[in-house]
Amino acid sequence: MGTPSSISFDAVIMGGGGSGMRAALQLAQSGYKTAVISKVFPTRSHTVSAQGGITCAIGSADPDDDWRWHMYDTVKGSDYIGDQDAIEYMCSEGPQTVFELEHMGLPFSRTANGRIYQRPFGGQSKDYGKGGQAARTCAAADRTGHALLHALYQGNLKNNTVFFNEWFAVDLVKNQAGAIAGVIAINIESGEVVFVRSKATVFATGGAGRIYASTTNALINTGDGIGMALRADIPMQDMEMWQFHPTGIYGAGTLVTEGCRGEGGYLINKDGERFMERYAPTAKDLAGRDVVARSMVLEVLGGRGCGEKGDHVMLKLDHLGEQVLNSKLPGILELSRTFAHVDPIKDPIPVVPTCHYMMGGIPTNVQGQALTQDGAGNDQLIPGLFAVGEAACVSVHGANRLGGNSLLDLVVFGRAAGKAIEEMLAQGLEQPQASDSDLEQAMTRLNRLNESQKGESVATLRAELQDIMQNHFGVFRTGEFMAEGIDKLQGLGERIATVYLPDKSHTFNTARIEALELQNLFEVAEATAIAANMRTESRGAHAREDFQERDDENWLCHSLYFPSKKSIGKRGVNFSPRTVDTFEPQIRTY
Amino acid sequence: MLVSIYRYNPETDSKPVMQNLQVEVPAGRDLMVLDVLALAKEQDPSIAYRRSCREGVCGSDGMNINGVNGLACITPLSAAVGGGKKLVLRPLPGLPVIRDLVVDMAVFYKQFEKVKPYLINDEPPPAIERLQSPEERAKLDGLYECILCACCSTNCPSFWWNPDKFIGPAGLLQAYRFLADSRDTATTARLSDLDDPFSVFRCRGIMNCVAVCPKGLNPTRAIGHIRSMLISQGT
Amino acid sequence: MVISVTNLSRSGLSDWIIQRASAVILAAYTLCLVGSFLVHPEMDYATWRGIFDNTAMRIFSLITLAALCAHGWIGMWTISTDYILPLQFGSAATFLRLLFQGACILLAVVYLIWGIQILWGF
Repeated sequence: MGTPSSISFDAVIMGGGGSGMRAALQLAQSGYKTAVISKVFPTRSHTVSAQGGITCAIGSADPDDDWRWHMYDTVKGSDYIGDQDAIEYMCSEGPQTVFELEHMGLPFSRTANGRIYQRPFGGQSKDYGKGGQAARTCAAADRTGHALLHALYQGNLKNNTVFFNEWFAVDLVKNQAGAIAGVIAINIESGEVVFVRSKATVFATGGAGRIYASTTNALINTGDGIGMALRADIPMQDMEMWQFHPTGIYGAGTLVTEGCRGEGGYLINKDGERFMERYAPTAKDLAGRDVVARSMVLEVLGGRGCGEKGDHVMLKLDHLGEQVLNSKLPGILELSRTFAHVDPIKDPIPVVPTCHYMMGGIPTNVQGQALTQDGAGNDQLIPGLFAVGEAACVSVHGANRLGGNSLLDLVVFGRAAGKAIEEMLAQGLEQPQASDSDLEQAMTRLNRLNESQKGESVATLRAELQDIMQNHFGVFRTGEFMAEGIDKLQGLGERIATVYLPDKSHTFNTARIEALELQNLFEVAEATAIAANMRTESRGAHAREDFQERDDENWLCHSLYFPSKKSIGKRGVNFSPRTVDTFEPQIRTY
Repeated sequence: MLVSIYRYNPETDSKPVMQNLQVEVPAGRDLMVLDVLALAKEQDPSIAYRRSCREGVCGSDGMNINGVNGLACITPLSAAVGGGKKLVLRPLPGLPVIRDLVVDMAVFYKQFEKVKPYLINDEPPPAIERLQSPEERAKLDGLYECILCACCSTNCPSFWWNPDKFIGPAGLLQAYRFLADSRDTATTARLSDLDDPFSVFRCRGIMNCVAVCPKGLNPTRAIGHIRSMLISQGT
Repeated sequence: MVISVTNLSRSGLSDWIIQRASAVILAAYTLCLVGSFLVHPEMDYATWRGIFDNTAMRIFSLITLAALCAHGWIGMWTISTDYILPLQFGSAATFLRLLFQGACILLAVVYLIWGIQILWGF
């Protein structure tokens, strides 16, 4: 393949999910030449699967609600490695961004007085943990993600955003000075390869839950942005932090919202006992997700699991009554009937902790600018590169994300990045130049794949990767077992690098895309594995049997994975919010 | 399980063919059609189809399954083949085929965009959300849940004949979603845009759309409401 | 808004209402005729003539004839725009459709004039 043709923009956003489309909306309104590149039609992005809602203190359920209480919950939920300046920004800007969504048309459920309906979610409290359970999650029934994603797409249509739908970004074009000049992308329909040149390249590429065999994530969640960034030698932050959602449907992996427990549902073991009362006496089923997921696994290991194999627990909803379930959780009824063959109106749903969310990602500042670290350990901006949403690690979720905070993260930081880029463009942001050899470098992977003559199939390698991650890097981790997993990954890595593409055709060749996605998955998996093995403590979602305590002395920090050396460094956590006092680390109980 | 898949690659095929594949389906589990398709793709990676969420909310994998439009990811194999022994997968009817099970949805999206599928309200927004009573909000139920999978519109003869002029059930459902929204102020303009012989009135009320909607929505009823609104505005 | 030159009313709503209103007239007229046959079991030319000598019946017949033409035109125009398309007839479709529509209009006009002639011509 020769040199690809090129197109130029002021800003290009990779990904048409919640964060990408929120950033796009901001830029479309600015009048700069911007485009969204999405590998699926935007409303097929994984944001659509979010169910329960978007958490923020709009003061509907409780007029005295305060964003600082939300901030406290989020800091505590993060097990104190969430950056407090970023969390402060998210929680204080949250209400305004949610109101904007409502003005855009998002069909939120309503209270009797016409305001947005808010439901209780896990880890929420009033008065800095002293005032009992809060109800802070704004919901559109149990289809909030769907409603939000469609509202954003509609808003973008209204503002004439340029979309390149079903285009797949292959690799970053990085010049010798380390600046990002754009990406190499494939038009999936025609197979054409194009150099998309841009002054600001925004990664809104979402998560990578598909590194695990059992996940709530869509099939498209293959960590493409993370893979591209790692290949461009950009470090990743907190990649060991993977959230396992307590309630994935047993066997199918599809998500059942935490809103079920928010509305009054609870988990039971095979004896019908509401076991969360033992693990989290105050918050019970609405403790942090990491806490609930671990408790479930302990029940199963303790021989109190349900089913023939005793390998799952049950989510009980029938006591809520048919009317509540129909109005508040209609989507859950549908999913349970389809995937669990259970009618929640009568019977409990079999559930199991399932990989759900990547807390780690590309380190960024509050404006979404991607960061690396210089030799002295100082933050250094990467010119031209931005990241938002699940692909980014701002970090507002730290070691454990609270339910309802991901949708908020998307829109708050999508908007923030959009505004920041608009400002930079106004100040004359320059297009980083790329030489032919920079382009060639970015084309290497695609060229190799297109010329592959032999090797193993995508499906085999992918299954093997997912099994390794599932078995060696699950809810509970041990050093010895993780080291074994890393060994296995090493062998697999070489085979994945030389994966075979039998079908070289151009038109809508999904086999080519899947091969490229597999390589991205591997990059994510490797970063996860190495980071997990290095963090010798238990914090948030990262629970080690060989290091069961939190170790604030050594690990009250972010981990940074450097791809070239496959080594782990540390990066300080921000404890300096601008308008409130620091929330000092405390023992985390619910 | 014998799986018969519509295959067409414009680079190599002069016309489409049905490819038969024998797929080993694990016993004791009722797979979804999408799972079967994934197994088929393991045998022949060149099979092209769209998929994303695999739980019936993203609308990617609309296709014609044993003669009926539906989402592969939430159609159990047992329901798809009935008592039969063969799974037959074809692209959604009435749209140009790009490759295999992938259709060109441009005209479908164009009709969606034509109804101005976004809230229009030129009054300055309040500092908080616009208020809406639960009763007003309830009018949007059964409308906003559409996932744009195109199962309905590609099951509609009127859309087959005039895909460029008849908005089709999916687009009209969204047209009504905004007509029914108490926060939208463009009702008159929206209705005027719809009052031509094609956009709405090509609906003959045969309810083919209702029969296949994977989300259980009822575009025919929405079209009826639009017609009623046109009548009360026009008379 | 889809603009269509050959649609005479340009409004989908008015077409829709005309079609339904004319259908009611056609149904009423049919009932009226069936009733006449029932009231006059031994219908002959003189009786038939008698019925149509009544001015009210002539007006009703004329209205029905107009309704039939409108109803038929809208229906045939719709059929032509559904089934005489490039999809079925290739590049000749537009010509064929215009030809068909022209024939329909001509036929409707002929029937209308001929009907008036019959009703008031003797």
